[in-house]
Amino acid sequence: MAKKEKIAITVKNLNIFYKEIKRFSIAKSGLNNLVNARNFHAVKNVSFEIPKGEIVGICGKNGSGKSTLLRAIAGIFSADSGEIDLHGNSISLLSIGVGFQRKLSGYENIFLSGLLLGYTEEEIKKRLDEIIEFSELGDFIYKPVLSYSSGMYSKLAFSITAILETDIMLIDEVLSVGDIHFREKSYNKMKELINDENRTVIIVSHSSKTLKSLCDRVIWLNEGEIKGDGPAQEVVDKYEEYMKNLD
Amino acid sequence: MIKRFFKDLKKYSKYIAYATKSGLKAEIAGSYLSWIWLFLEPICFMLIYTFIAIVVFNSSVEYFPVFVFIGLTIWSFFQKSLLASVRLVLSNRDTVTKVYVPKFILLLTRMSINSVKFFISFLLVIICMAIYQVPITWNVLYFFPIFIILFIFTFGICAIFMHFGVFVQDLANITTIALRLVFYASGVFFALDKRVPEPYNEILIVANPVAAIITQCRDVLLYGMSMDFTLMGAWFVIGLLLALLGIRTIYKYENTYVKVMR
Repeated sequence: MAKKEKIAITVKNLNIFYKEIKRFSIAKSGLNNLVNARNFHAVKNVSFEIPKGEIVGICGKNGSGKSTLLRAIAGIFSADSGEIDLHGNSISLLSIGVGFQRKLSGYENIFLSGLLLGYTEEEIKKRLDEIIEFSELGDFIYKPVLSYSSGMYSKLAFSITAILETDIMLIDEVLSVGDIHFREKSYNKMKELINDENRTVIIVSHSSKTLKSLCDRVIWLNEGEIKGDGPAQEVVDKYEEYMKNLD
Repeated sequence: MIKRFFKDLKKYSKYIAYATKSGLKAEIAGSYLSWIWLFLEPICFMLIYTFIAIVVFNSSVEYFPVFVFIGLTIWSFFQKSLLASVRLVLSNRDTVTKVYVPKFILLLTRMSINSVKFFISFLLVIICMAIYQVPITWNVLYFFPIFIILFIFTFGICAIFMHFGVFVQDLANITTIALRLVFYASGVFFALDKRVPEPYNEILIVANPVAAIITQCRDVLLYGMSMDFTLMGAWFVIGLLLALLGIRTIYKYENTYVKVMR
C-alpha cells in the first residue's frame, strides 16, 4: 500500500553544519578568523521519505537537531550537502507573529504577515473574516498591536497562521496560547488542520502525549542522527526508556 | 538568476507595496501631527541648512537654497538606505528566522520607503524652484533617468553592504565614518567645481557617484543644461553591475545568514 502513495517530502543524506564562529569584528580579530571557524555537525546524514497525508512526529533531546532539520525543510536554512525535495508542494513553518509591525493595527498586520508568508491579497481577503472571528479580538483588531496583552497577541498570531493553509505544515512544538478556552480551541483547530487527508505534517515535540495522540509515525533524532523511525507508539516508548536511563 | 530575481520581485511586489505603506504609517503612528511630519521634517532640515549655508558660507551660488536642497534630498536617500542596509538582516531577525523571504526584498522595502520620502522632498524642491523663479527648460525631464541611476546604484551598493553586514560586526561603525567622508566629498552644500581646487574637483565629480549624480541633477534642474551622457551612462553600467553582483551574492549566501545570527 505504501508504495502506491504519493511522496510529499524526500530528504536524502542531509547534512547541516553550524559555524562555531558567530559574527566577527574587524577591530578585534582580523579576517583570518573566518578560516579557523570550527564546524558543529547539527544534522548528520539524515534520509527519509514522507508520503502525502502522513503525520510525522520528530522527537529527541535538546540540541539533537530537530528544529534545525525543520527549518532546513522550510527553506530557511541551507543544507551543506544532501537533498530536500518537496515535490512541488507549498510549505509553511507554523510560526507566530511573522513580520508584525507592532505600531499598526491587528487588521493591517494580518495582511502584512499573510503577504510575507506568500499568500496573495485575494486569499487573505477571503479568509479575513474567519481570521478575525477566530482570534476573538473583536474591535481590538483595529487597535495597534502594541496595545495588546500578550495573550491577545498570540491569539492573533495563531489565527493568522492556522487559517492560511499550505500542503505541508511544519510545527515546532504544538502551540498552546491564550486562556484555557482559547487553548482548547486552538488545539482542536490544530487537530483539524493536521487531520486533513491532503495535508502532510511534521511536528517537533517534547511531549510524548502529543506525539502519540497526533502522529502516525515518529522519527527519533539523537545527536543529529536518526536513532529510530517507525510507528508512533513504538518509537516513543523506546525514546522514553532511553531518556529514563540517561539519569 | 535574473529570471529568478524578477520572479521573486513579482511574487513579493504586493508585500513590498504593503510593507512600504505600513512602514511609513508606523513611523508617524502616535504622533500628533501624523502625516504632516513627512513634510515637516524635510522643510525643517531645509530651513536649517539654508540658514547655515547663507549665513556661515555666504555663498554666491545662484538659487542657493534650492541648490542645497537638491543635494540634501539625494544625499539623504543614499545615506539612509546604506546605513539601514548594514543592519537590515539583523533588525528583521524575527522575520528572517521564521520564514523564507528573498533578502533583497527587505532591502527593496526599505529603499521604497526612502523613495517616498525622496519624492516628498523633491516636491518641495519644485515648490522652491517656483518661488525662486528658476527658468524651466525641457532638460528638467532628465531628472527621471538620473533618479533611476541613483536607485540602481544605491541598490547595488546596499545589497553588498547588507550581505557583509551580517558577518562583520563593526561594519555599521565603519560605514558611518565612510559616509561622513563621502558627504563632504559630494558637495551637498557647496559647489564642488568652484570650492575644490583643480584638478581634484573634476576627479571628485567623475569618481564619486553621489557627487556626479548631485551635480548632474543641479545642472538639469537649475541651470537648464543637458545630461552628461557619458558620465551618467558609465555610472548606470557600474550600478547595474554592482546590483547584479549584489543579487548573486545574496542568493548564494542568504540561507546561511540565519546560522550566523544565532
